Amino acid sequence: MNGTAPTRRDVLATLAAAGAVGLLPEQPAAAAADRSIRPFTVKVPQAAVDDLRRRIASTRWPTKELVADRSQGVQYATIRELARYWATDYEFGRLEARLNALPQFVTEIDGVDIHFIHVRSRHENALPLIMTHGWPGSVVELLETVGPLTDPTAHGGNAEDAFHLVLPSLPGYGFSGEPTELGWDASRTARAWAELMNRLGYTRYVAQGGDVGALVTDLMGRLGVEGLVGYHLNLLTAVLAIGDKLPKESKQERAAAEAFARFRDDGFGYFLEMATRPQTISYAMLDSPVALAAWMLDHDTDSYYKISRAFVDGKPVGNLTRDTIVDNITLYWLTGTAASAARSYWEDGRALAAALASGEAPPAVTVPVGFTTFPGEIWASPRSWVEAVYPKLAYFNEVDKGGHFAAWEEPELFSAEVRAAFRSLRPAD
Amino acid sequence: MSVMSLTPTRRELLAAATTTVALSLLPKTLRAAGSDAIHPFTVKIPQAELDELRRRIAATRWPDPEPVHDRSQGIQLANLQEIVRYWETEYDWRKAESKLNALPQFITEIDGLDIHFIHVRSKHENALPLIVTHGWPGSIIEQLKIIDPLTNPTAHGANAADAFHLVIPSMPGFGFSGKPNDTGWNPNRIARAWTVLMNRLGYTRYVAQGGDWGSPVSSAMARRNPPGLLGIHINLPATVPQDVAMALAGGAPAPAGLSEKERAAFDSLATFFKKYRAYGAIMGTRPQAIGYALADTPVGLAAWILDYNNGEPERLLNRDDVLDNITLYWLTNTATSAARIYWETSGQSVLLSAAQKTAEISLPVAITVFPGEVYRAPETWARRAYRNLIYFNEVDRGGHFAAWEQPELLAAELRTAFRQLRKST
Repeated sequence: MNGTAPTRRDVLATLAAAGAVGLLPEQPAAAAADRSIRPFTVKVPQAAVDDLRRRIASTRWPTKELVADRSQGVQYATIRELARYWATDYEFGRLEARLNALPQFVTEIDGVDIHFIHVRSRHENALPLIMTHGWPGSVVELLETVGPLTDPTAHGGNAEDAFHLVLPSLPGYGFSGEPTELGWDASRTARAWAELMNRLGYTRYVAQGGDVGALVTDLMGRLGVEGLVGYHLNLLTAVLAIGDKLPKESKQERAAAEAFARFRDDGFGYFLEMATRPQTISYAMLDSPVALAAWMLDHDTDSYYKISRAFVDGKPVGNLTRDTIVDNITLYWLTGTAASAARSYWEDGRALAAALASGEAPPAVTVPVGFTTFPGEIWASPRSWVEAVYPKLAYFNEVDKGGHFAAWEEPELFSAEVRAAFRSLRPAD
Repeated sequence: MSVMSLTPTRRELLAAATTTVALSLLPKTLRAAGSDAIHPFTVKIPQAELDELRRRIAATRWPDPEPVHDRSQGIQLANLQEIVRYWETEYDWRKAESKLNALPQFITEIDGLDIHFIHVRSKHENALPLIVTHGWPGSIIEQLKIIDPLTNPTAHGANAADAFHLVIPSMPGFGFSGKPNDTGWNPNRIARAWTVLMNRLGYTRYVAQGGDWGSPVSSAMARRNPPGLLGIHINLPATVPQDVAMALAGGAPAPAGLSEKERAAFDSLATFFKKYRAYGAIMGTRPQAIGYALADTPVGLAAWILDYNNGEPERLLNRDDVLDNITLYWLTNTATSAARIYWETSGQSVLLSAAQKTAEISLPVAITVFPGEVYRAPETWARRAYRNLIYFNEVDRGGHFAAWEQPELLAAELRTAFRQLRKST
């Protein structure tokens, strides 16, 4: 096979080398159980960008959908405009610049290189917070929360609400390494995050997550990892396992139950494909930028229409702008991580099936949990549902805007919720 | 817009193919006729298309290998790379084209859509007309090896009395048929079109056959009970009872009281439902989302097709046959329009008796069960589902792609199954 394009491994090697050459302090290369934390810089080879542009330009398109809405999938007008913008208007240097503006590191945990952003607040009593992205997201989802969370006084908040912020890339996502062995389900990641916080010297910290990040964060709580004193979620992942058993009495409960049923009937295809045949779908995602973009856009209905508006009507909602959306897709493309990210669904799907088959309830949560319901979420969970899952709910709020990608779409509102949720967990002076 | 396709669209391609026909083969009278006209059709793919396909294959950007040693995460990298190497360096589409062009092919417009079909008349005068419908991820390529056994039985150890006149259409949105530009092309509408087609060919007494999507289409024909249709044979019957379907959908254990064979069918279905049904779920709900992938990357398309039912095409079919089929999807850019048939019928399982309204079929139904099929339909369920079941047989080899994999065996089954419907000739 005369493949002219670099493989994912080549690209990552180049990226890692760029980091190593420019920034890495000299140290033994192959130390056993290397606990070192290495600075990391993104440097995208121009050849990779040229290849990407060439591929977008030579896209072969299917016929247009036969319907006037998203019911057959990502609409032709949306993806064509995204492709046009990506290949011609998008400034490729911006992803690199946004990431390199923040202190980034790589450290090996449990055999996998974990990439993370680590921003310490200038406020001494800041609370350490580890925040986890989801699929089809990445650290790009969380970038606009860095200012409000680490530097609250510049964003209308108080110094007492400051956080030291750790934003890791999930294993197999972005600049983290790709697991080469099985078993990297969310619980293994949860333990890796505890090790990361420990390695950074944080002995008392909190955690936050939505989507896959919610799964990881919740498991940190249920595993009772050392140092974790509380966590906040914006997706009630337990619904996937016990959705049928949650109350459906009030109007809001019925609406959430209907939304979940709709998700299972109509919105579950991508989930099922990645949970059962991640390799099969990956061949297309690695080879075709437009295939990758369409697969990533075809998530929940609320975010799809918001993203579609950003491209087709030029009217973005919040921070879900054309540039940030393309930043995220470009990150998946350049790192070639569509396959390894999809595999996390295979791992979590297996873990979920095993947990359900065991018939055992998950371990109880012993630390305080906070939850914010964003109205555009796939199933906007009512307080009663959240309380059914977390009897010791310490904080609950329902806000008036934002959806599945809450931190991405509404970073200020999201940050205000995170501050409020963790306020009671700060040590009294 | 600077983002543009470097390759001709399918319409241009078909126009090129049709032009070839027009110049060389089409009688003037036919070209001038009205919309009922039947035009001869010849396949001739421009060399530039084949070069472009090779260029794309050569430029494939591959994922890393799966971290498992089996098919449990989908088609394995090493297997796919070997097939793709062969596709790029040794495979010859022109041979497929010759095979197709050795057969009489036609296009006729039905219900606003160009329908492509192969039509082979037997030399035996009393042959029974038979329309055979392919499925997904197949095409007319699936059926090529049954043509001679069915139309020319004496050359295959069978009797002249068992001969068929054979009609093999490309489903709407598949292969050289047109791509619907409106919704509603479900099995019922296709069944109506097939009835029109058989009538247009002058057949007043005929039978129908199909597996996969060909089964609901043939069954819809039988439900409609149009004049002339004598009965159907299907090899993916919709026998699954409601209680079993409910248990499968909810991931519940098998209902009590199943026989050993019913229990085995339940277990196969449960495995399929848990592990191998995602392709149908995504095409049933978001054909357009996966469609961008299948239109743009040959390797993505090949993986998608080869992975059907845990890699059955990859495991059981001849490599050239499989690549003829994949290349046909690629060259006609029909993966998206083909996927839409799942959307058109979303939520109505082709396996479920209630969803397929089998109780409404009064015409004779014949069933052959191939052991490697997604499930082995138990005779008990089949008799409950089809009240006029005239033939039921379970054979000892073959799977989902019976016509493709076991053409002689399927042909023998069709001769036997339809024999009793010829009697009143």
